[in-house]
Formats: sequence, structure tokens, C-alpha cells
Amino acid sequence: MGKTNLLLNDGQLLLLLLRRSKSSSFLQLNFRQSKAKMRPILMKGHERPLTFLKYNRDGDLLFSCAKDHTPTVWFADNGERLGTYAGHNGAVWCCDVSRDSTRLITGSADQSAKLWDVQSGTQLFTFSFDSPARAVDFAVGDKLAVITTDPFMGLTSAIHVKRIAADPDDQVGDSVLVLKGPQGRINRAVWGPLNKTIISAGEDAVVRIWDTETGKLLQENDKEVGHKKTVTSLAKSTDGSHFLTGSLDKSAKLWDSRSLTLIKTYFTERPVNAVAMSPLLNHVVLGGGQDASAVTTTDHRAGKFEAKFYDKILQEEIGGVKGHFGPINALAFNPDGKSFSSGGEDGYVRLHHFDPDYFKIPSI
Amino acid sequence: MAEVMSMEDIRTEASGLGIDLSLVDWNSVWVPPGEDFGVKSDDEDLNEDNSLEFDGGFGNVIVVDNLPVVPKEKFEKLEGVIRKIYSQIGVIKENGLWMPVDEDTGRTRGYCFIEYNTLQEAELAKEKTNGYKLDRAHIFAVNVFDEIEKFMRVPDEWAPPETKPYTSGENLQHWLTDEKGRDQFVIRAGSDTEVLWNDARQVKADPVYKRPFWTESFVQWSPLGTYLATVHRQGAAVWGGASTFNRLMRYAHPQVKLIDFSPGEKYLVTCSSHEPSTPHDSHRVLLNIFDVRTGKVMRDFKGSADEFAFGGTGGFTGVSWPVFRWGGGKEDKYFARLGKNVISVYETETFSLIDKKSIKVENVMDFSWSPTDPIFALFAPEQGGGNQPARVSLFQIPSKEELRQKNLFSVSDCKMYWQSDGEYLAVKVDRYTKTKKSTYTGFELFRIKDRDIPIEVFELENKNDKIIAFAWEPKGHRFAIIHGDNPKPDVSFYSMKGGKVSKLTTLKQKQANALFWSPGGHFIILAGLKGFNGQLEFYNVDELDTMATSEHFMATDIEWDPTGRYVATSVTSVHEMENGFNIWSFNGKLLYRISKDHFFQFLWRPRPPSFLSPEKEEEISKNLKQYSKKYDVQDQDISLLLSEQDREKRKQLKEEWERWVNEWKIYHNEEKTERQILRDGEASDVEEEYEAKEVEVEELLDVSEVVVLDA
Repeated sequence: MGKTNLLLNDGQLLLLLLRRSKSSSFLQLNFRQSKAKMRPILMKGHERPLTFLKYNRDGDLLFSCAKDHTPTVWFADNGERLGTYAGHNGAVWCCDVSRDSTRLITGSADQSAKLWDVQSGTQLFTFSFDSPARAVDFAVGDKLAVITTDPFMGLTSAIHVKRIAADPDDQVGDSVLVLKGPQGRINRAVWGPLNKTIISAGEDAVVRIWDTETGKLLQENDKEVGHKKTVTSLAKSTDGSHFLTGSLDKSAKLWDSRSLTLIKTYFTERPVNAVAMSPLLNHVVLGGGQDASAVTTTDHRAGKFEAKFYDKILQEEIGGVKGHFGPINALAFNPDGKSFSSGGEDGYVRLHHFDPDYFKIPSI
Repeated sequence: MAEVMSMEDIRTEASGLGIDLSLVDWNSVWVPPGEDFGVKSDDEDLNEDNSLEFDGGFGNVIVVDNLPVVPKEKFEKLEGVIRKIYSQIGVIKENGLWMPVDEDTGRTRGYCFIEYNTLQEAELAKEKTNGYKLDRAHIFAVNVFDEIEKFMRVPDEWAPPETKPYTSGENLQHWLTDEKGRDQFVIRAGSDTEVLWNDARQVKADPVYKRPFWTESFVQWSPLGTYLATVHRQGAAVWGGASTFNRLMRYAHPQVKLIDFSPGEKYLVTCSSHEPSTPHDSHRVLLNIFDVRTGKVMRDFKGSADEFAFGGTGGFTGVSWPVFRWGGGKEDKYFARLGKNVISVYETETFSLIDKKSIKVENVMDFSWSPTDPIFALFAPEQGGGNQPARVSLFQIPSKEELRQKNLFSVSDCKMYWQSDGEYLAVKVDRYTKTKKSTYTGFELFRIKDRDIPIEVFELENKNDKIIAFAWEPKGHRFAIIHGDNPKPDVSFYSMKGGKVSKLTTLKQKQANALFWSPGGHFIILAGLKGFNGQLEFYNVDELDTMATSEHFMATDIEWDPTGRYVATSVTSVHEMENGFNIWSFNGKLLYRISKDHFFQFLWRPRPPSFLSPEKEEEISKNLKQYSKKYDVQDQDISLLLSEQDREKRKQLKEEWERWVNEWKIYHNEEKTERQILRDGEASDVEEEYEAKEVEVEELLDVSEVVVLDA
């Protein structure tokens, strides 16, 4: 985890050491929260609607992006704000953190994607584009990154593949590969197994798989079973074997990453803005709500601003977590599967630690 | 026939073009005349002989016959006279008057053509001047040009009509013979109209028939459930049948807006309203009464909207709906209409006024038929500044005899509520207080079936309470009132039993503003719609006990099924969200819910009254256990079957999932080395043990070394 603790005062450093050294101490650290039964931690740091949430691999840091210009990093345990990454000049749409938690990449409406040093918060490199950057994702091994750009002023949307240098001084802005073709925004692009493919989805409601060697379009999803409206979100399983897409057509769909076979569909009552899959249990979480423009005109109960839990296999709704005052725009599971966080149009991040009952939910 | 697109194709095509089909106003889509794009209409009898006559485009031209035949010299004079007569009715088009002249004699031919700007003017001209006496010898015969051809086609010799061989129709009541005793309902959402079974045992709705663009505005069941009526630009149609929904009859009435069945569903009233030719005229209203089975027009009524603007609340552009109220129970014997100072009662044998005249009642405001007998109650307010009191009277038809009358003083308004068996009539009377600044409410309760129709005056304990809702128990002797001025009003129940009104109970502070009795009585839903956001309380009036309280958030409509076993609550498109419906059991258990965007209508299919005699019904309810045994067994079987199916399905899903997981595992292991290379040899895909990270702890200790440096 490196020297992040430089940022901290002594007391917190101690806690971090405890947490690092023995898992039993970790529990002690957490006793304050475990008393209150699954009371969420409300994290107020953003001034504008949230857009994206990402945990690092260790699950101790949570990165959040919002329409304000500063991505923020939080302690994933207690929701304490650790620092911000200042430098963007527009809404930040997406981020990804490297496996060793040293690098952060962010995509922003200011027509750039930036590489950051996670610990110090310094900008390492800026990829400049001619249109807003949207989705970013590090490849396995963190030597490549995929960045999508929006259609803008006559430019079509595009998927760019950039090489990420081990030493930031060697970093160049050239694209290894540029993929074009889909109509409308590409809301999400992620790497397929072994970096051989890129999976993209966006406004045209089609999920596509591209070859990263040749840049060719390998597959489009079967139109019969595919989404009917904009795909807003996409989340990969831990092992990358399958992924979940959420769409404004009020459904989420689970696909096989290699064959693009539709495996499951989860129906909900609201447009889906965000999806997440539990790495621990067979659960998926969907978040959404009606258009932001209609929020003020409706009762908060009517909006259904809940994070809905579904049984991944049975496709049945098993529960919901309420709390946001606006639609949920972002969801992420802690890699340990014991907590998750949600980011809303209301500008809050809510961090939920599951109480023991959650793990007793019977599965088939 | 050229390529025909299926509805599915159209949908995909539209979504490809980014068009939301549900938002398309199909009435505004016109196909160029004579062009069908190779798509034949699925209206199978469009090409039949009796299909609707469409305008030949000369609807605004009239032919005036029986004019004097005049020589050339007098031509201009005659033309002047005709122009004078006909330009009073409407604007004659430029060069729109043409009087043909016999070339040989130079004399006129005795007829002329007049072209108006609009159809309505032509119609009006025909109506007003047909039979106009220019002088004794010349009585005008006026026809619309389009109709001339029709008359020409009438054969000169009468031929007896062919008698078609009798074909027995389908059993239109087939749905009642459902083995599981289920009820049907129709829903309209988006462009689709769908009929479904309420399969409450399987906790789902079972589709019967679905058709996109089935109707152009709304659908309606006939009162006994035999027909489903749809409304189109050309007229109304009814659908029904044993297995599916076939069109049984069409009723031509261009631009029909409203329809109404008689209670015995023998007749259908259709109504349309037409823009006036000049803006200061009122809308013209056309009403047709059709025989439902034969499709024949039994009588039509025409007039300006003002003539139909009495009583009733529904309707449009000044017409109150229903214009005609049907009386005399299910026999459809009489119908009546409110006019200025009159009530016009018609009987359906001849479709004319009873005794050829209306009943004169000064200042009559409202009237209401008994649901079972040919009796109606009317209300006329005070007149002459209180010198002539307001009154409520009961009239019997066809004798027009006044059965009972009650004078009332300082009345501001009256509302009449009949009990479903016609046994009781409640008249809600709003009276002014002495200062005339506010009103309070009392009730006059009529016992119709008792000798001399005794009237009982009934007031609430706090007579200043505002009455929010009143409802009789169907087939029963009780009524419920929501009253009070609090944000949360009270609900009281009363009984008419024992010759005197007695209070059963009062429920304090309820979130309710509407009452929905079960059609079988005994149970009632106290509903809080609108401001209360859909609160529901299921109440048992026999036990005076709440069975369940619940909520259907934003619910706009509540309807009991005709048997009183289930209740549907729905959120229609008045709200942007939450659209769809819930089905509840009578005791408030939510059975299932279905969401539909752009949800417009939910209607249970009504059932005709039972053929069981009251004695038999009583016997059944006494020995209910015996009768219900069979159903209990069925219920149990189904629930077993369901859980069996459910287990089976779960097992299957699980196996399927495991197959995927295993496949992924294999891939994952196969790719292990490659992944390792991509990660520069970092081995583990899985989270390391915490021990492994203790190395990092030592790194952290380096940090404290920095501190040492500081020191």
C-alpha cells in the first residue's frame, strides 16, 4: 500500500498499522460501526452528482468521481476523506486504479484523461483529446489503458488504447489503437480476458467486443435479447469471466465475456444507472431512478432511489437499500464483498457495511 | 400484396429510427388517398356491400329540385331568389350556384346545384329548406349531392329481401364457464389493449387476447360483460366470442366521442360533437341509439350542445354525459333525459316520448333512476326567493304518478344515492345555516319498498361535519360515510335495519377520502387517494374489524372484481411514474403486481346477475364448507404443484449456473500463465493472505525512520 500514511496524523497511522498487521485487529478497528446495525456512512465531499465509484484491489480505498472537478479518495472502512485529485476542469466521468494502488486514471469532460499518483495526488500525465473523455479502464498488468471519447462537434465517439509507461517520465500520449464505429456515446469500455478484447457499450444499446490486436469488431450482442435503450453502466466479475450491463430500458443483463452470450436478465421498475456484482455472494445490485430533470417534481418515495439487490441466479429481487435523495448514479462492491458504496445524484456517497444477517440470506 | 410488416418489425424499425411508438399520435397519420402501400387493411369486411359509404367529395354540394321552370328572361330573377334563400344559411362558394339550362328550349330544368364551403352548411341547408314552399306548386326537394347517387341506385321494382340462412352464433357468455371460476379484465397501456384472466391461484395474469391499436380512445365493457366496446373515428364496435375476441357489430357514427350502454346491454348510445360553422354558434351534437345486436339505429337526436347541457358531470364541450339515463332495471324499457324545466322519458318499444309529452317540472336540476324499478327521484331547488320550497319527488313510470314528495327548506344542494336493490334512497341535503354564510349537511332516507315510502331524517352527531363520501352497501342495508373537517376524517357505518337508522361504529382519524364496497357487501375498502397517496384499509363491516392496511403508492383507481373476491388498484397515466396495477385479495393481501408504462385503463369484465334464487344462495352460504371443499382441494393441489415447479425451476437454474461457473474456471486456469506474464510474473489472482502483507508493514516502519530523521 506504500506510503499513503504520510498524509495521516499519528492516531490514524496506528490504526492503519493495526489493520495491516493482523486481521483480528481489523475487526477491533471496526467495532464502532458493527454496533450500529448496518448504519450507512454518509460521505459528503462532492458538491455535484456522483458519476463513478471504484475500490482499489485491497479494498481499503474508495475512489469517487463526480460532476465537480475533483475525484476524491476515501478510506473504505470508515469513510474518512483521504485526499482529492485537483486538476481537471470539467465533470469527471470515470476512473480506474492500478492493481498496486499507485496509479489512478480519470476521464473527464474537459477533453482529457489524467494519470495521477495515488499517494501524493500529483498529476503524472494528461492525455488530451478533441472531445470529452468518458470511460477509462486499466488492462491486466496495468501497461495499457482504454479511454473512450464522446461524439462532439462533428467528431464521432471513439475508443482509444494508450500504453502506460512504468516510469511516468517515459509516458507518451500516442494511441496504440483507435476504434470507431458505434453511434452515440460509449458509456463504458473495459478489457476482456487477457487483454485480447475490449468490451464496449453505450447509447446505441449494443454491447460490442473488439479485437485489441487488429482493432476489428468481433461481436455484437444478439439484437433479439439485447438492451432496448442506452446502456449506462457495465461491471465485470472479479475474474473477468462475465459482466453485467445496466440500461435505461429498466433492466440489467449478465453476459459471458468470451462468447457474449446473454446469461441472465434482471428486470426493475426504474431506468438502471449503475450496476455492481458481489464478489462474495451470488448477488447483483442495481441502482437508478428517473431522469434527474424529474426529480424535483416527484415525491422522494416515488423515485425509487433504492439500491436493489437481486439473486444473481434466480433473477429475483431480494431486497433494497434506501437512502439517497436522488437517483443512484454509481455503485461499487468492496472486493471483500462485505461492504458496498453508492453514489447519488444528490452528491452523497453512502458506504454500507453489511450486518451479519446479510450473509445469512439463503441462496439456492 | 406487398411486403407486410409485422408489429414487431415496426417496433424495431421505429426504435432504430429513435421513435417512441407509444408517443406517436396515430390519428395524425394519414395515408395519401388511394395509396395503401400494399398493405391490405385487416378489416375483413371493409369491402363488403354494407360497408360504410364514404364521401364522394361533394358533401358540401346540395341539389335543389322542384324549382319553377323559367325561360331565359326570368333566369336571373329566379337565381336571385335562390341565392337569397341559400346565402342566409351559409356562404355559397364563388360560382357555387349552378342552374342548368335546357339548350333546346332555353328554359331552366327545374333544379340547381349549390356548393357551400363546408359540409355542415350543406347539411343545415338540406335540413332547413327541404320542403320549403316557394309557392303552392313548388315545394323544394333538397338533397346532398353525395346522396343522389344512393337514391338513383334504388331499384324501381321492389324485390323481397333475401333471407339469409340462420347460423347459430357463438356462446358469447363462454367466459363465465371457466373451470377455475376466474374473472377477466381488460387493460390499456401504451398502444396495446389486452384482455387477461385474473389467475389469483397462480398469482399471475393469464393472457386471453391482445391487440395493438384496438381502439382509438378507450374501451368499455357492456354492463353484463358480453361485449367489449371500442371507439374509432368511424364509429364504435363491439367484440366478444367464445374463444377469442371477434368483432360482432359495428355502429357507424363518424367522430364518435362518447358511448354508453343501456343496463341490459340491448342498446348503445353514441355521441359526437361537431365544430360549429361559425364561431358564435355552439357545438352541434349528434346522438344515435343503436340496437346492439342488429346494429340498427333506433333513433337519433340532433341539436346544439346547449340542449344537452343539463345534469350529469362527465362529458365534453358542454354536453353532460350520459345524456340519457336508463331506467326500469335490466329490461331497458325506459330512458330519460333532463331538459330545461322538463324530464323527457322515452320508452324503447317505439322510441318516442311516453304519452308524447315530457314531464314538466319547474326548475328541475337533477334526477336519478332506481337501479331496479321504473321509478326516478328528482330534485328541484327553491324558487321565488324561498317562497316555493325545494323538493325531492319520486315518480313512477309509465303512469307518471308522483309516489312521494318532500319539501325542503333553505337548501343549497341535493345529491341522490340509490341502494343497489332499489330498496333505499338517500338524499344528501346541503342546507344553509341561518346566516346563509355556510352550509351543513343532513340526509333524507327513503324506504322505497315499505308502505307509503316512509322518510327518515338523519343527521350526523356533529352536523357541521363535512361529508366527504357516502356509499350504500351493495345488496345490503348498511351505508358508510366519511365525514369531518380534520386533515384525517372519520368514517362511520350505519344500518337501516329495524325500521330506524342505527349507528354501527365510527372509526376515528382515517386517511381516507373514498369508499369502495365489495359488490357482495360485507367488506369495504377505505381508500386514501390523491392527497393520501394511495392508503388502503380493508375493513370487515360484519365484524367491525380492520382486516389489513396497506398502500399502493400513488394509486388513482380502485375496482372490485364482479364477485368481490379480488380488488385491483391501479396507477394510471395521470402520474408519470409507478404506472401499473396491483391485484389484492378481498382481505388485503397483495397477490401480484404488474407495471406497465402509459397505463390508461383497468376494467373488470362484469358478470350478469346470478340465476340462483335467493333461497338457493342462502342455502349455499349456510353450507359453504361443503361447497368449498372441492375448491380447497384444488387450491392445495395447485400450491403443491407450484412449489414443485418452483423447486424444479430453481434446480435447473442452479445447474445451468454451475455449468457456466465451471466453464469459467477452466478458462481461468488455462489462462493463468498468460495472465502471469501480463502482470510481469505476479502470481496470484486471488487475494493474498494477510501474513504476506506483513512485509509491507516493515516498509511502513521505514516511515517512522523519516520521523527519526526529523528528530
